[in-house]
This record gives sequence, structure tokens and C-alpha cells, in this order.
Amino acid sequence: MDLRYTAAEQNFRSDLRSWLTATLPGVGAPPPHDDWPARRAYDLHWQRLLFDAGYAGVDWPSEGGGRGASPVEQLIFKEECERAGAPYVGVNFVGLLHAGPTIIAEGTPAQKERYLPAILRGEEVWCQGFSEPDAGSDLASLRTRAVRDGEDYVVTGSKIWTSHAEVADYCELLVRTGDAGNRGISWLIMPMDTPGIEIRPLRTIEGTTEFAELFLNEVRVPVANRVGEENDGWRVTMVTLSFERGTAFVGELLECIRLLGEVRGIADRLGLLGDEGLVRRIGHLVAVFDALWALTKRNVSEAAQTGIPGIGGSVFKLSFSEHAQALGDLAVEVLDRAALCADPLDAPDGGALGNAEQLHNWFKSISLTIAAGTSQVQRNIVAERILGLPRAR
Amino acid sequence: MDFRIGDDQRELAQGIRAMLAGRLPLEHLRAREGHEQAIAADDWAALGETGVFALTLPEPSGTGLGLADTAVVFEELGRGLVPGPLVGTFLAASAGIVDGAAEGLVQIGVHTASRPGPVLVEHLGVLDALLVLDGDGPGQLLRPAPVGGAHRVEHPLDPLTPLWRLDALPFGGSVADDRGGLWHRGALLTAALQVGHAAAALELAVDYAKERQQFGKPIGSFQAIKHMCADMLVRSEVARAAVHAAACLSDDPDVVVAEAEAAGCTPGQMLERSVVGAKLLADEAAVANARASIQVHGGMGFTWEVPLHLHLKRARVLSTNFHSPADASAALAAYA
Repeated sequence: MDLRYTAAEQNFRSDLRSWLTATLPGVGAPPPHDDWPARRAYDLHWQRLLFDAGYAGVDWPSEGGGRGASPVEQLIFKEECERAGAPYVGVNFVGLLHAGPTIIAEGTPAQKERYLPAILRGEEVWCQGFSEPDAGSDLASLRTRAVRDGEDYVVTGSKIWTSHAEVADYCELLVRTGDAGNRGISWLIMPMDTPGIEIRPLRTIEGTTEFAELFLNEVRVPVANRVGEENDGWRVTMVTLSFERGTAFVGELLECIRLLGEVRGIADRLGLLGDEGLVRRIGHLVAVFDALWALTKRNVSEAAQTGIPGIGGSVFKLSFSEHAQALGDLAVEVLDRAALCADPLDAPDGGALGNAEQLHNWFKSISLTIAAGTSQVQRNIVAERILGLPRAR
Repeated sequence: MDFRIGDDQRELAQGIRAMLAGRLPLEHLRAREGHEQAIAADDWAALGETGVFALTLPEPSGTGLGLADTAVVFEELGRGLVPGPLVGTFLAASAGIVDGAAEGLVQIGVHTASRPGPVLVEHLGVLDALLVLDGDGPGQLLRPAPVGGAHRVEHPLDPLTPLWRLDALPFGGSVADDRGGLWHRGALLTAALQVGHAAAALELAVDYAKERQQFGKPIGSFQAIKHMCADMLVRSEVARAAVHAAACLSDDPDVVVAEAEAAGCTPGQMLERSVVGAKLLADEAAVANARASIQVHGGMGFTWEVPLHLHLKRARVLSTNFHSPADASAALAAYA
């Protein structure tokens, strides 16, 4: 048990840090949240810079064109990028973290050659068509139907929570090709310019269009675009989940640590640090976020040795999501009426108060106990798979 | 970096667990509930013989291990509800303050409370010496232990932690302390004990939830119970990671420097921050898990027979040692 980085890991960190220091000043500020074409251009440009420097697909295996970095190096990569304020993965999320790894694991040689380089080079954007209005936590009940017609599947149904669909080139799509349940599902690559796709932006609680709904009306997807066997798409999807190396929320965790420092700073400027209860809540979150950083290192170490992050992934997410919300609630309480205003305000002593960013984070934190598996489903998983409690409900 | 619990550490934990199961099983320990001396001298010596107090001493008198290994051992002592002044005796042995501590021939207490009011000291009547730490100045050693004028508390919270009341502590001789190192190690190992209590409460809850049948099925099949158990696991895993990180930092000055740089504080602050945070989360996990486990056990959880009250009470005792949760969270705010 140690927290000592090897010489190779330290070199990886210092090279990356030098590159970030040299590169980030030329990247510029991110575009406004709702300007999707600009966000696409900005995120793809960043991906291209990573590619040219040899950091594209840092977590992808080398046979997929990635860097094949160890889990510990992946952790260092995310840590340094977050600390340096590098752009978030953004519109490249699905391609880099889900569709790409799926094609690496299950795609044909032709599919790999066609799709992987374009993701790494920052040329093509992917979105995800998994969840449906009636298939959320129970994803295997999805009903979007794909019927064989010659060399095509004809796909009809609807998908929801599809991030950046408006600017995506491809969609990783789960469809029903067989019987009900998880054995009748197939995994398709759907070009987003195919006729029959209607995209309807979905406004979030914050008022932004982070997601979209997809309505698919007899969309023709070539059978050659299926990844894996027909009706084997559930297994194909699960294979990709095993790519997770315990680093899923590193950026978000370090961001919370930074935001907590800013909340303390705001409380100080507003003269609130005499409030012992408030001070203790701040201190408690320091302890929790530090512990979650330690737990991240434990999960990454587990993944480095065994290939999977062990029991820690669900444990991490349950605790992190709850405490990110506690931070958000603390921030809006400290800001009091300034948190009624999403426009940036000045502090009483001059300078920006930081209310807009804290309010944005408060909204974002609300999604954390829902996205990527609700906390209730996570608790069932922990209780049944880790603690061995009986499955019957 | 490999922050997993190592194979050696798992073996160490299993060895301690097996030793406790054979030599100090719970029914044996519980036979001394309410006794003036919570653990018999020969049982204490058996712990000494196992090497519990000498883990960090160099060979041949000790085993030359680090605090990470020691934390693993102390978690097992907590899980096994071993009573007695474990932390004080370890500190006295590891710093070479009192002869015989390493071998378990003497019992050395540690007192850290600094709030005004009556002074309550655990195990005082049977101590050979009492170490008094306040976290700032050098520690003091009261030898012999100040039993004159002390009154034994008739009804201590924990029946396996006898308690004495004094009006005030006398002054003793200063002990060499490497810049608060005694406080630091004591807080860390108290936190490790607490992780053991948190883990034991979880294990008891899960075992009971699998066995206990109501409405024709094991209560562990109900989501309400599952979710309580999942939350207990989250608390103990997060606290354990914090304790182990603090222990690894204590064992490796180079790592402290690197981590301090990343966190923007001094190495000394980094150590303080890691230990205080670990103590806070371990205290919370121990108390909250004992409470939750009692709830899972229903009415039986409220009885004297089921040992959950012992975990809850010990967790309460330990949470008042070194940093209390209120002091810890107040101190940590400066690091935000």
C-alpha cells in the first residue's frame, strides 16, 4: 500500500504539465453553453491538439490507435488537465469514452479503420441512443424496433437524453431486433444525416439544451453498421463498461475541491466565517473530498492490477454525488439572495462574486444522483453484488 | 503507485483476526463487562506477545512495519471489540517512553480532552502511566498514573471502558515528541479502530439481513434494508481509504511533499489535514454504522445481548479522543 508515483509516472506527469503550460494559452475561452456549432468546433480543435501531441485516446489500447496508458497514467492525465483548466472532453465524450472503446473491443477490422482514427483526430462526433422514454434504469426493456429489409435495418422508435445530438455525425444506437429482454438487442452505428431522424432539444432544469430527444421514423441503417452479432448488443454494451478504470469522475471531483475553496472565499468576503455551523460544513466537505481522492487512487490501483476498479466505482459514485450536492446546497446558502441570479454579480468588496458558476454547479450536482445509474439502482447493485443480499425485491 | 491493501497486509489482518478469535473471542471479553480492569493482564500480555504494540519498532524488538500496516492491525482490534488502552500503550511503546509497553506488560493510557469541565480518564485505575497530549505543546507523562483523588464512575457509557473522574490533572514530565507526532499517530490509530467498528457493524447487519425472515423472505431482500446496508459500506470504505491515505503519507515523507504541492499547503499541514479528515470520517462511519446496524436488527438491536451497543458505545468513546468531530470539521475548514 503506497501513494508513491514511479519515475515513469512522474515523467509522464511533468511532460504533460509542460505541454499543457505551453498549449493552453492558445486555446482560448470556451464558447457559450447553447452555441452547439461553436462548442463542436472548440472541442474538436482541442481533441486535434491532443492528437498531435500524442495524448489522444490516452486510455485507449494501442491496437485501437490510443496511447495505451496505464490506469495510473490515466489518473495523472485527468488530474493535470483539470488542475491546468484544460477544456473538458465535451462533444468527444461518447466517441472517446463509449463508442470508440466498443468498436475497439467488438468492431470488425473495417469498422475500426473507418471510425476510430476520426474520433482520435477530432474529426467526427458521436452521440448515444440508448435510453428511451419508457426505458431508463430498466434499459433492457427498450422498444426501438429494427426490422431487417435486405441489406438494411429499418429503425423506428424514440431515444432520450442524447447529448449533443444536433452536432453529432454518428449515433451509437441500441435497437430491438429480437425478443423482449436483453437477448433481443443489437448495437448499430447510425449516421446522423440519414433521412427519418428528427432531433428535438430537451431543455434541462437549468434552461440549457444539454440533451435532445431523437425520433426515428423508418431510418435505414446498413446491416454492415451493426457491431457484434444480431441480438448480442447487450453484451457488446456491457463489454465497454469494463473499460472504466476508476477515473470516471476525477475531473468532477477536483472541480468540487476547487469550488469548495471558492465557497469558503465567498463566505469570507461576505463576513460569514464566524458562523461555526457553516465552517464545520466546509471542513466536513474537505474531509470527504480528500477521502474520495484517496478512494479514487485505490480504485485506479485496483484497476491497474486486475483490469477492473473492483467494488469502488459504485461506492465512489454514491458518496461523491451526495456530497457534490451538499457542496451545491452550501454554496447557494452562502450566496443567499445572490443565488437567485444566474447573471454574474460583483462582490461587495469589488470583483466577481462567482455566483453564476456556483449556481451552475448547483444545478449540475442535481443530475449526479440520476445520471449514469440512479443512486437507488447503485445501492441495489452494491447490496446485491458486493454484500450478497438476496435479489428478490 | 499501488494503493491497494497488499497481500502482506491482508495476511497480517487475517493473523490478528485468527489470534483474536482463538485467544480473545467476544464472549471472553464480555465476561469482564463492568469490571474495573477491562482486560486481564495475561490477555494484555498476549496482545503484546502477538506484537500489536511493537509493530513500528525496529527488529528484533519489533517488526519494523509502517503505520499503514499498523492501521490494518488496529482496524482488526476495533472489529474484535478489544478493550483496554490500545492507542496509549502503542504510543508509549513506539516512542520508547515506557519500558514494558511493547511487550504488553504495562497499560499506558492517553488523555487528549482539553475542554473545561470534569476530567474523565479511561482505564485510569489500572494504568501504569498516563500520557497527556494537547496537540500543540510537547506531551506529558504522568507516572504513576494520578489515581489519588480519582473516583471511579459507577455507570460508564461503555461497559468495557471503565472510567475515572478527577477534578484536574496534575502536571507531569515532558516527553520527547517529534513535532506532534504522538498526537498524529494516536489520532490515526484511533481512526483505524473506528473503521473496524464501522466494518463490524456492517458485517453484523448483512449477516442478520440474510438470515432474518419476515413476510416469508429474508429482510435483506427488501430495498429499504439493502439501501441502509449499501450506505454503511460506502461510509466504511470511504473512511478506510482516508485512514490508509493518511497512514501512507505518514510513512513516506516524499509523498507528503508531492501531495502538499498539489494541494497548495505545507507538508506539515498536509499530514494534519489527512489525519484530521480521516479521524472525522472514521468517527462518523463508526457511530452511523452502529446506529444503522441496530436499526436493521430491529428490537434485538436494542438489547444488551446483541453486541451492537458495544460497538456504538466504543465508537462514542473513541470519537471524543483526539479530535472530536466538531473540532475536526472546524479545523479542516482552513484547508478548503
